Amino acid sequence: MIDVMYFAWVRERIGLPRERVETQAATVAELVAELRAREDRYDLAFSDLRALRVALDQELADFDAPLAGVREVAFFPPMTGG
Amino acid sequence: MAVRVQEAAFDAGAELNAFAAAVAGAGAVVSFTGVVRDRDGGLSRMEVEHYPGMTERAIAAMVDEARARWALTGALVIHRHGVLQVGAPIMMVATAAPHRVAAFAAAEYLMDYLKSRAPFWKKEITASGAAWVAARDEDEDALSRWTGADDR
Repeated sequence: MIDVMYFAWVRERIGLPRERVETQAATVAELVAELRAREDRYDLAFSDLRALRVALDQELADFDAPLAGVREVAFFPPMTGG
Repeated sequence: MAVRVQEAAFDAGAELNAFAAAVAGAGAVVSFTGVVRDRDGGLSRMEVEHYPGMTERAIAAMVDEARARWALTGALVIHRHGVLQVGAPIMMVATAAPHRVAAFAAAEYLMDYLKSRAPFWKKEITASGAAWVAARDEDEDALSRWTGADDR
């Protein structure tokens, strides 16, 4: 089980801020593929990965990063702080 | 070194005075305050979402990196989240160092990284609806000046 979190328009498009996901995905990309296959709202949210960022256990990561040992995955658009 | 992520408003002048008083001995104190701006007219408010936990970690890492690069005697980062009115301070950075070059550079460094690497997302609410603020290429490009070989 892994905690998956969504922020900003990703959260709005999917319709929830976080969920527990049962997955055997080895990488972030595999997890994204599993989520996209669930429902249209996930497919739409993940349709352009260039518009998304991912953090693993609160550290920015790449979509090909392994998920072994990771407890928390977060998906969000490029950050707009400051 | 202090990092505060908060919903409450803050008084940038009072924060700066307290910071300057606490870093006695610094020859230079630099501060920047970001204010909610009504770019096109009609902005009724801004909403700032963040990633609790990661936000504090990411900013603390930026401050650590700034301290590794410059001889700072103090650094302060305050960033608000939640609902913000036009004209309200949204964030501030203050740095203290023996000399101004380091204080200015560290403040710019922290600003550049806060814009693109701290997990905040701004949403603008106008009479005609709400829209997430898009990240700007210039903000991403600004980081490149800190990642070259001759950036110190």
